[in-house]
Amino acid sequence: MDKMRLLARWEYKPVNIYRGYAGRTLYVNISNFSFEERPVSEDMKEKFIGGRGFGLKLLWDAVKDTTKWNDPENEIVISGGPLCGITQYPGSGKCYTVFISPLTEQTYDSNAGGYFGPLLKFSGWDALEIQGKADRDIVVFIDGDNNRVEIYESPFEEVNAVTVTEALHEYFAEDEEDKRNISVVSTGKGAENSYWGCLNMSFYDLRRKTPRLKQAGRGGGGTVFRDKKLAAIVVKKRGIGPSSNNPADLTTLQRVGLKLHKEIRDLDDQQNKMRKVGTPHLNEIMNEYHLLPVHNYKFGQHKDASKIHSKVFERIFTQGIPDGCWYGCSMACAKAADKFELKTGPLKGRKVTVDGPEYETCAGLGSNIGVFDPEWIIEANFYADHYGLDTISLGTGIAFVCECYELGFLNKEITNGLELKFGAKDDIMELIHRMGRGDDEFARIVGLGIHRMKKIFAEKYGAPSDVLENIGMEGQGLEVSEYVPKESVAQWGGYFLTLKGPQHDEAWLIFMDRVNKQLPTFEDKAEALHYFPNFRLWFSLVGLCKLPWNDIEPADNAIKYKGIEAAKVPEHVQNYVDLFNAVTGKKITKEELIIQSERVYNFQRVFQLRLGRGTRKDHNIPLRAIGPVFPDEWEARSDYYDNELKAAGIDPENLSTEEKIKKLQNYRLSQWEQLVDAVYRRRGWNKNGIPTIETLRRLGIDYPEVVEVVKRHLKPEDEWES
Amino acid sequence: MKRLAAYSERCVGCESCMLTCSKTWFKEEDKELSRIRVTQGDSGYVINVCNQCGVCIDTCPTLAIGRDAQGVVRIDESKCVGCLMCAGFCPTESMFTADNKEKPFKCIACGICSKICPPEALVLEQD
Repeated sequence: MDKMRLLARWEYKPVNIYRGYAGRTLYVNISNFSFEERPVSEDMKEKFIGGRGFGLKLLWDAVKDTTKWNDPENEIVISGGPLCGITQYPGSGKCYTVFISPLTEQTYDSNAGGYFGPLLKFSGWDALEIQGKADRDIVVFIDGDNNRVEIYESPFEEVNAVTVTEALHEYFAEDEEDKRNISVVSTGKGAENSYWGCLNMSFYDLRRKTPRLKQAGRGGGGTVFRDKKLAAIVVKKRGIGPSSNNPADLTTLQRVGLKLHKEIRDLDDQQNKMRKVGTPHLNEIMNEYHLLPVHNYKFGQHKDASKIHSKVFERIFTQGIPDGCWYGCSMACAKAADKFELKTGPLKGRKVTVDGPEYETCAGLGSNIGVFDPEWIIEANFYADHYGLDTISLGTGIAFVCECYELGFLNKEITNGLELKFGAKDDIMELIHRMGRGDDEFARIVGLGIHRMKKIFAEKYGAPSDVLENIGMEGQGLEVSEYVPKESVAQWGGYFLTLKGPQHDEAWLIFMDRVNKQLPTFEDKAEALHYFPNFRLWFSLVGLCKLPWNDIEPADNAIKYKGIEAAKVPEHVQNYVDLFNAVTGKKITKEELIIQSERVYNFQRVFQLRLGRGTRKDHNIPLRAIGPVFPDEWEARSDYYDNELKAAGIDPENLSTEEKIKKLQNYRLSQWEQLVDAVYRRRGWNKNGIPTIETLRRLGIDYPEVVEVVKRHLKPEDEWES
Repeated sequence: MKRLAAYSERCVGCESCMLTCSKTWFKEEDKELSRIRVTQGDSGYVINVCNQCGVCIDTCPTLAIGRDAQGVVRIDESKCVGCLMCAGFCPTESMFTADNKEKPFKCIACGICSKICPPEALVLEQD
């Protein structure tokens, strides 16, 4: 690669990390190439902690109530958090991107592994804010070794992730060993041509001698990235070691980390085999329990699911490599297929290392679109990452398109020659390539997401709106991730009573609710929909991965604890309390851990309100998410659904399938409303889903500008009857 | 391959190996800093010391662990980030950590302990 043209340079003073914090954030305006160092106050640390909390706080200060995703003042904020970058505990390299989403038109946060978060902090920054829009494609380089930030003119003719990432690791490294001191954030052409743009964050794999890509996949962060004309953000920092995060108590970090390493060593093979197959261990489990989405969530099982069984991926993934996406992650779930020869697209014939596929990709770009071919899934996974497309929205979105095609709402004339039926592998792959190229109008419409496709298919192609609404699996504008939620009332809330849409990072309650029947009342479900979203949000504040929490459990967890308590994995919760205190020197309890999250949870809820969303009507749920829509869905499990009707006090005798479907829908919609009420009450919100002033006060986030937003929307009729 | 063979049935629990080891490599007599660990088991003494099996080599994320010309597994401290995965995954629990030590440490088959082990429970062997 030729020498890149330098457009701007800014030098900064080095800083010592103290107890997990650099104590300042970096602001870069790429409209006018200005740079600022911004202090992190004690209040900011206390109330927002770091990571997603810092991202939301900085974004709040940066935007107006009217800011749209493609306005210059929208930002991409990237922040790790105080625990991000410790090397002693599995899953400690996560960082969080925060931005206003093109899909949902409200704040979104999406996390990724890779080395970017740790290297950013150890370069001296708790967060990076990028605001403005450049007038040409640029590369932002944070040089933590020489304490400067540089902006270069991008030399890339095409900005696809693998090309950009490989070139920049090569460009900024002095030698092979130096490549591990670099991380690149990139996306691709698909992010320009759709609202499904993901961000790829790299780490250099010393054994495979190639950069690996981990995705902050959801919400369209890559689309914002390209709208700003960012080709890449690069960070470089050498000399990372055990005390780079300068914790208050290194010995405790070592003790707690070593304990978990040994747990993983002894139990992973008996539990989830994360070290051998990663998250695809779920493929067969979800199929067994009718939770694997098949044909746009019509069904939860398929006869060909064995073709994507984790044993198949165990053979494909290279074994015996410490596949952590940050130092110290012995869970090692960042699996990869090596020497994979691409069969299609611009890199056809090239042998590549493909990250994943994860479970969500196996289901989204697999069963949900009627494809049960692991090689095809890997190829689609590669190109989705390369083009900067979120595999989950892409999978769910294409599943919607396929069903519309099979229902006759679309045809080859509309799709420009593609026969987009379920399982039509070649034509679906061509659609993905068209999204990558951006040269096809229909592919561009698809990339706008289901929320907008519903409107366009109705207005432009005459498709019936009511059917589109029923089968379009989106909430708040975001495509549903890859679990069939129909049969768990609690999981309706886990998906659709969320801050940012049906993403599985808030709560996964299906087994607890439906299989183990541990949440019998609406109050029980509401309690779970209070605790788990808040507990899981905490990872996003401190810079940790969720997986080592419950994808490995102490051997005696289910013996020592029962029910919901067992699902909390109390010993691991204590690990997190110990880790937080060991890094920061504070003395929080497990109860305070939840309050830390609750603050940010409610702050983000108010932020959505400020941006014109965040009320009850925005917690929409499609009928497909709560039960069968068409007779073939019912007939596939007719005995089961007849019993569901009986349990609801409805006699299925002498009813047609259509009548049964309607009655079950009505019953379940009434359950949904009861769930919403119970959850809002438990969360300290009013009937309209808005945090009350009392809730803001209790949490200590009653800042005048926050209270002012809430007051604008409070109405007496939305108060609960006592 | 050079390695320190441990014959625990001969061990008398005098702990002189641990003290010698820590004195040699950390310049202080502290059993916690020894690269050999002798503990009292149910039926005699248990000796944990590296058998140079090399599982840790494949566990290390930074390629900081490798074999030297004599087959001894060694840690390159300049590459080690102190993640302790090697210690967590050691089949014989012979990769050690200690308070105030950022990085793990292990037996490198120097043989000094074997020279002072009264009952010859520790013997430097060459395969």
